[in-house]
Amino acid sequence: MQLFPCPFCGPRDETEFQFATEAGKALPEPAGDVSADRWAAYLYLKDNPKGVTREVWLHSTCGEFFLMERDTVTHAVIGSRAMGGEA
Amino acid sequence: MTARRISSHGAGRSIAFTFDGQALSGAEGDTIASALLAAGVRVVGRSFKYHRPRGIVGAGAEEPNAIVDVTLSGKTTPNVRATTEPLVDGMSVRSVNASPTAATDRAGILDRFASFIPAGFYYKTFLWPDWHLFEPRIRAMAGLGRLDRSHEPAAESPAINARCDVLVVGAGPAGLAAARALARNGESVVMVDDQDAPGGSLRHRHADIDGMPGVDWAEAIVAQLRAAGHTVLSRTTAFGVYDHGLVLLWQRRTGLPDALWQVRARRIVVAAGAIERPLVFPDNDQPGVMSAEAALVYLKRFGVLVSQRIVVATNNDKAYGVAAALHEAGAWVMIADTRPRGAVAPHAGVEVIHEATIDRVSGAQGVSSVTVSGRSIKADCLLTSGGFTPTVHLFCQAKGRLRLDETIAGFVPGDPVAGMAVAGAANGAFSLSRALAEGHATARGASEAPRASSPDDSYAIAAVWPAPRGKARQWIDLQNDVTVKDVALAARENFRSVEHLKRYTTLGMATDQGKTSNMNGLAAMAAITGRTIEETGTTTYRPPFVPVPFTVVAGRRRGEFFNPVKRLALENQHRAAGAVFREYGGWLRPGWYGKGKPADEIAREARQARETVGILDGSPLGKIEVIGPQAGAVVDYNSYQTLATLKPGRIRYGFMLTESGVIYDDGVVSKVADDHYVVSCSSGHVGGVVLRLEEWRQDRFDRRQVMVHNSTPEWATLTATGPRSRDLVAMLALGVDLSDEALPHMGFADGGFSGGPARVSRVSFTGDRSYEVSVPTGKALALHLAMMEAGRALDAVLLGSEALLLLRAEKGYIIAGKDTDGTTMPQDLGITGPRDRRAGEFVGKRSLFTENALRDDRQQGVGLTVADGEPPLPTGAHAVETRGGARRSIGFVTSSYQSPVLGRPVALALVERGLSRMGETIEFVHLGATRRATIAPVCAFDPEGTRIHG
Ligand SMILES: [Zn+2]
Repeated sequence: MQLFPCPFCGPRDETEFQFATEAGKALPEPAGDVSADRWAAYLYLKDNPKGVTREVWLHSTCGEFFLMERDTVTHAVIGSRAMGGEA
Repeated sequence: MTARRISSHGAGRSIAFTFDGQALSGAEGDTIASALLAAGVRVVGRSFKYHRPRGIVGAGAEEPNAIVDVTLSGKTTPNVRATTEPLVDGMSVRSVNASPTAATDRAGILDRFASFIPAGFYYKTFLWPDWHLFEPRIRAMAGLGRLDRSHEPAAESPAINARCDVLVVGAGPAGLAAARALARNGESVVMVDDQDAPGGSLRHRHADIDGMPGVDWAEAIVAQLRAAGHTVLSRTTAFGVYDHGLVLLWQRRTGLPDALWQVRARRIVVAAGAIERPLVFPDNDQPGVMSAEAALVYLKRFGVLVSQRIVVATNNDKAYGVAAALHEAGAWVMIADTRPRGAVAPHAGVEVIHEATIDRVSGAQGVSSVTVSGRSIKADCLLTSGGFTPTVHLFCQAKGRLRLDETIAGFVPGDPVAGMAVAGAANGAFSLSRALAEGHATARGASEAPRASSPDDSYAIAAVWPAPRGKARQWIDLQNDVTVKDVALAARENFRSVEHLKRYTTLGMATDQGKTSNMNGLAAMAAITGRTIEETGTTTYRPPFVPVPFTVVAGRRRGEFFNPVKRLALENQHRAAGAVFREYGGWLRPGWYGKGKPADEIAREARQARETVGILDGSPLGKIEVIGPQAGAVVDYNSYQTLATLKPGRIRYGFMLTESGVIYDDGVVSKVADDHYVVSCSSGHVGGVVLRLEEWRQDRFDRRQVMVHNSTPEWATLTATGPRSRDLVAMLALGVDLSDEALPHMGFADGGFSGGPARVSRVSFTGDRSYEVSVPTGKALALHLAMMEAGRALDAVLLGSEALLLLRAEKGYIIAGKDTDGTTMPQDLGITGPRDRRAGEFVGKRSLFTENALRDDRQQGVGLTVADGEPPLPTGAHAVETRGGARRSIGFVTSSYQSPVLGRPVALALVERGLSRMGETIEFVHLGATRRATIAPVCAFDPEGTRIHG
C-alpha cells in the first residue's frame, strides 16, 4: 500500500485518496465554441505516461484536491503541493 | 519407519490426539508433524493428482505433503500445515486427498493410470465436447482439505498497525545479530520469526556465540530487545512486501485470534534463512524419504529420531553433521555422497559411499530398502540434501533481481534494493560466522560483532540436478505431482519459459509455492533445453510467502463492518413500531411496517397515505449547505436548471450532471439567502454531491468566498404526506404560518420546536401535499413522539421506503441511477428548457450538444401500461424489436409496481425513441417469457397535479 503526502495532513495510506485527473488539463469553454474533437479529448484522452506523471488527487478524509508528482513505474512519490492558480 | 522419541529428551506432558480416527499421543511442544513421526505414522496424506501415499518431508513452512484438516472443539480448519501447527490436546487430525484414510485411500488406484494423465492432461482432454461436463467429477476428486461449511470463523482477527526504523525478518543468527546492532545504534526494531522461539538454525545446530550456547545467546538478545522497548514477535510470518515499505505479518497467538500486522518500516532486513532442497531420483516420493536438515530438527527440537536405519544421501557437507547426530542418538547411519570426496570426515561408525547414485527406493507405503550405486541397503528412511536454497522471497517481492552463485549452487540476491538488506543464509551465507557478520553489518558503524566460538560447519557442494532417467518416475513437485518427465514433456511442447513451465505442469503452483521444488524444476528445464540455469531464470515471486487464512486478511472488515450502514436516529422507534429494515443507498431504513405479507403491508401503507396522512422518516435526504458570497454561483454552475433566480424561502427541483452530460443526481435546492443555499440530494448520493461541489469550488471559484458543508447528520427529518398532512403539522405548533399563501408548494419556512429550530419545507415525492419537518438530531425523539401523537387523531400511517417508492412511481418521479442509467441526459426525460435556453456555463453543458446527445434514437424515459388483469412487468425486462428476423433490445423496465389506488400495474422504462411512441404497444422479454405493454406518459396518477395542493 502506497503512502501519499497530503499537503494538509501529511503522509497517509493510499486508501484515503481518490484520483481526480491528470494535471494541466484546462476546461475548454465557453461550451458553444468548443469543437467536438477538443471536447472529446478533454473528457476522454489521457496521457497515462510510463514514468513520471503529474496528477490531481483528492484526499477524501480532508476534502482537499492537490497536485502530486509520482512515478507510475517505481511508485516513487516525488512530491505534492496544494493547488493554487495552476492545475 | 521405526521412529521413536529418544529418552534423553525430556519430553513434556503427554497430549492426546487422533489421526484418521486412530487415538495417538504426542508431547507438549510438539507440532502435529513431530507427534505423527514419534507415533510411527508414515503415510500422512495422499498426493493431489495421483493419490500416491506421502509422508512428512520437511519441518517448516516448506512442507509439501503433510497438509491436514484439524478439528478442535467441533470446528474444522482445512489445509493446516502439520509441520508448523502446534499440537493441542483433543485435536482430531485428518489426512487430505484421502478416503477413508491416508493409509487405505480408495482413489489410490488412480496412480495406475498415471501414464495416461501427464502434464497438460486437463487442457488437452476435456476440451471436447465441453469441459463443464467433466468439471464436477474432477472437482470432487481434487482439492486438498474439506471445507466445514458450518464453521464460519468469527470476524475477530485484528489488524495492528506499527512503525519502526527497521523490520528484521528472521530471528536466526543473522537476524539476531542485525537486531542487536540496530538497537544499539538507537534504531527502533521490530523482529519477527515464524518459529515459537528465537534462534533459527541455532536450535538444532549447536554453536557457542560470545561464550554461551547459541540458544541462550538468542534468548538473551530477545530479552534485551524487549527490555529496551523493541518488538519481537514469534510465530509470526512476514508474508508480503508492498509499496513504500509496508510489510504484512501473520501472527499466530495462543488463546487469541490470529492477528494481521501492517508494519511500515524505513528499512527491512531479510534474514529469512534457507530451505533444503531434495535430491531427485526414481520413486523419491516414498514415505520415509525426508529432508536431512528436517531430521536434525526433529531430533534436536522434539527428541524424535526419525528411524533406526538411515541412509543420508547428499551432495554437500552439511548433511555430515546430520548423520553424526543421528548416529550419536543411536541410529545406524550410512552416507551416500554423490561427490568423489567430502570436505569433512564422517563420524566414526558412519560408512560413506562416494560418487553414489541413488538408483531407487523400495517398499510398499514407505521405504524398506535403498539401492545405492547398485547396492541394496536395508533402511526405512532416506534423508536427502541437495543443497540449500536461500529464502529470497521478500527480496524478490520488492522487485530484487537474483544472480546464480555457483559456489552454493543457488540463487542469491543480486543488486541491492533500496531500503532492504539481505543477510545470512537468505543471502547465501551458510556459515555461522558469516551470518553473524552480515547481520551485524546491516547496522552501520555498530560496535563489536558477535563471535562464534565454535568452528563453522562446512558447506562444500557439487550441484546435482534432476535429469531424465528412462521410464522411472522422479518427483520434483511433491504437492502437485510433477515429475522430471513432465518437465521434459513441457520442453518438448515448447513451454520452455519457466512461467510457461509453471502453468503447463503446475510446478510450484501448489500451496507450498514450490519452496522445495522450484530450483530443481528450473534446473531440470535448463538441462533438458541445453541452457544455463541463469538463462532459464526463475518465476515471479508474489505474496503471500505462505498461505494466510482469509479470516486474517479480512480481519474485522466482514459482515456488518465490511461496509457499515448508516443508521437513523429513530431506528429504535421504528423497530418498536414493527419496521422491517432494508438498506437503501447505504442507509438502514424501514422498508415497511408490520408482520403481514410484505406486499400487503406496503399496499396498505400506500393506500392509506393517499387517503389520510403518511409519516415517513426522511432524515437521510441530503442537506448540503453552500455558504458565502459565491454560493449562488457554485450551486448554479453545478445545476442543469438555473437556481440564481430563485427567491429566498423558495425551493427548486433540478438535475446535477456529470461532465459527460449524464444525470448524476436529482434533488431540490432551497435558497435561504443570497449567500446561503441548501442542496437536498438523494440520500445515496450525498458523499458524491459534496465531492462535486468541492471539486468545482476548489477548481473554479474563490475558495475564500464559498464553503460547502454536509449537515445531513445534524438534522432529523420527518415527512408528513397526504390530504391530512397540513392538519398534522399544524398540531406540532412550530410557529409557522401553514397557509398556502405563506407556505406554498416549493417553499419553506423556519419555526421552532421543543426549544430549538425547525424547518418546514413543502416538497413532495408522492404527488400529494407534503411537509418535511426538520429538527436538530437531538430533538428527533421528541418530534417523532409529537407527530405520532398528532397522527393518532388523523388515522395517520407509518410509511416505509417501499411504499414511498411505489407512490413516487405512480407519479413518474424518477430515482436517479434506477430510472436513469449511465447514458441518460435531461432531454431523454423531456426536460430540454435549460439546454435550449440557458445562457452561461454549467457542468456538462457541452456534452448536451454532441452528435451522440442529439441522436433521435436515444433511450427515453416513459411510462408503461399492461392489459387489464395482467400482473406487473418484471423490473429489468427488455423491450425488444424484431426486424428482419433479428431481435434486439431497445430498452428496459426500470421500475414496476402494482398500484393499490389505481388497481393496476404501473411501470417506468427507458425505451428507444420512447417519447415519440406514446400509445405504441411493444414486446418485453424476461427469462424467456414475452409480455406486451403500451407506452404511456410517466405519470399514471393525478396527471393534472391537483393533489399536491389538495
Ligand atoms: Zn488531507
